[in-house]
Amino acid sequence: METLRETRIARLAAMARRLRCHVIRMTGEAGSGHPGGSLSAAEIIATLYFDVLRIDPARPDWPDRDRFVLSKGHAAPTLYAALAERGFFPVAELLSLRKLGSRLQGHPDMRKTPGVEMSTGSLGQGISAAVGMALAGKLDGRDWRVYVLLGDGESEEGQVWEASMAAAHYRLDNLTAFLDHNGYQIDGPVGEVMSPEPLADKWRAFGWHVISIDGHDIGAILDAVEEARATRGRPTMIVARTTKGKGVSFMEAEPVRWHGTAPTREQMIRALAELGCPETIL
Amino acid sequence: MDRRIATREAYGEALAELGAENPDIVVLDADLSKSTKTEIFARRFPERFFNMGIAEQNMLGTAAGLAAAGKIVFCSSFAIFAAGRAFEQVRNSIAYPALNVKIGASHGGITVGEDGASHQSIEDIALMRALPNMTVLVPADAVATRILVRAAAALEGPVYLRLGRMAVPVLYDGGASLVPGRAHVWREGRDLTFVATGLMVSVALEAAHLLEREGYRVGVMDVHTIKPLDVEALVRAARATGAVVTLEEHTVIGGLGSAVAEALSEYHPVPVKRIGLPDTFGESGKPQELLEKYGLTARHAVAAAKEILARKG
Repeated sequence: METLRETRIARLAAMARRLRCHVIRMTGEAGSGHPGGSLSAAEIIATLYFDVLRIDPARPDWPDRDRFVLSKGHAAPTLYAALAERGFFPVAELLSLRKLGSRLQGHPDMRKTPGVEMSTGSLGQGISAAVGMALAGKLDGRDWRVYVLLGDGESEEGQVWEASMAAAHYRLDNLTAFLDHNGYQIDGPVGEVMSPEPLADKWRAFGWHVISIDGHDIGAILDAVEEARATRGRPTMIVARTTKGKGVSFMEAEPVRWHGTAPTREQMIRALAELGCPETIL
Repeated sequence: MDRRIATREAYGEALAELGAENPDIVVLDADLSKSTKTEIFARRFPERFFNMGIAEQNMLGTAAGLAAAGKIVFCSSFAIFAAGRAFEQVRNSIAYPALNVKIGASHGGITVGEDGASHQSIEDIALMRALPNMTVLVPADAVATRILVRAAAALEGPVYLRLGRMAVPVLYDGGASLVPGRAHVWREGRDLTFVATGLMVSVALEAAHLLEREGYRVGVMDVHTIKPLDVEALVRAARATGAVVTLEEHTVIGGLGSAVAEALSEYHPVPVKRIGLPDTFGESGKPQELLEKYGLTARHAVAAAKEILARKG
């Protein structure tokens, strides 16, 4: 049994690395974007799209599919990479990110990109949409689940807490949130710009079941999702400690700089080599 | 013109009626269900009504999520909060993805009355009209409200429906047919056309009547759909009468008057006079006193008409 789990985790780790390779390649090619917070979310998004979510790329509108909302919409490159690798659209299209006429907008657009469940990017709004979806699922008595990924800087938005209150009030146990707690926002460390801490305590106080994990530990992500599924009567927040720029040494070293800066061609090649990306990704 | 019903009241009843017909209708409110009248729906369909508390931004976002999952969502608060406080949620979560959310915004305009300027939305039409994908409806009376609520539910995509607090005259008979996007012509004119929306339609009808006694033939048009604007009907009226006075319970900046001036200056320029709030906030007072103070009565409309008739020469 342990080997099965190890194989499963190894497969997801390989996919997380693949998503990182795409993120570097995509933002490098686009000349803009948000690599730091895209890289920090790679394990969470890889695990959701390649293990957890009940989805069918052939039927993006399947009514009984699970929903994932990227509330921190600036991590769109990771989402797009996962959708492409999962078969929602061709992987080759990833390089059209942020270009005129592309289906891959700078921030997620549900009307343009197959598999994108909600148009997001304006922070704090995705979680409200996720609350609405979860309410709809409850209303219809369906068993599909809703997942949402938030940023820690995003947690400074008041709307996040309005949504948090509502999700607990309506006992939305079909809603699971992840917090990509990478510690940095555009202007600096989250704690220096406007500390939203203590985040885990706040979510607990708002009535959520809270699980704290290492957001790069795939086994922990899988276990937390299981625990969320088993939790009745309240939504679950998985506070995932992550590293901004994870996997690329020079980005990890300067997380603020790499929040919203794309790598140059030279930096891109260095990053891809560090990540051990396959030649074909170039 | 004897019966008076507030459009919010007609809205609440129309919602309940729709709820009985269509199980996909879901209603949200932000702790104002007694005022917006969504309580009528809430009493009949408690399982499809969600009070989101005093948290309008999340309410509009939640509405977007429900719509993304296939529901037809009516979402209510005062206009100032629905269109104002939650503007960017309406823009990014509803209008941009063109989701099927209907914003039933009550307490539009200054006839909110005693609560004062903080609660009187005078700019919501301008805000909502500026959004791509948004349809903007402003019913003049209870009958129009019932028709337009049903039309909004049938329309695919976002709709902003502006409703009032004050009881207003019932103008239309029950069998009236109003189509979103097509202005209703109450009377054809020769000298001038009143182009009105919301409660100002009854003011325009009264003013036209007064002017008729002085020998003028004045047309009256109810522009219940501010967007998409019925440009054809406007051009026809401008051509027939050569002068237009717009009437709205809204700032003259960005609302009906602006929309009409934009369209006519582009397609058939004629003198236009805008009646509305002259770039000012309202204040506390009785609705009728406020309409009087801020120049929104038939007397003011007659004066504006004469001014423009003189300009027309």
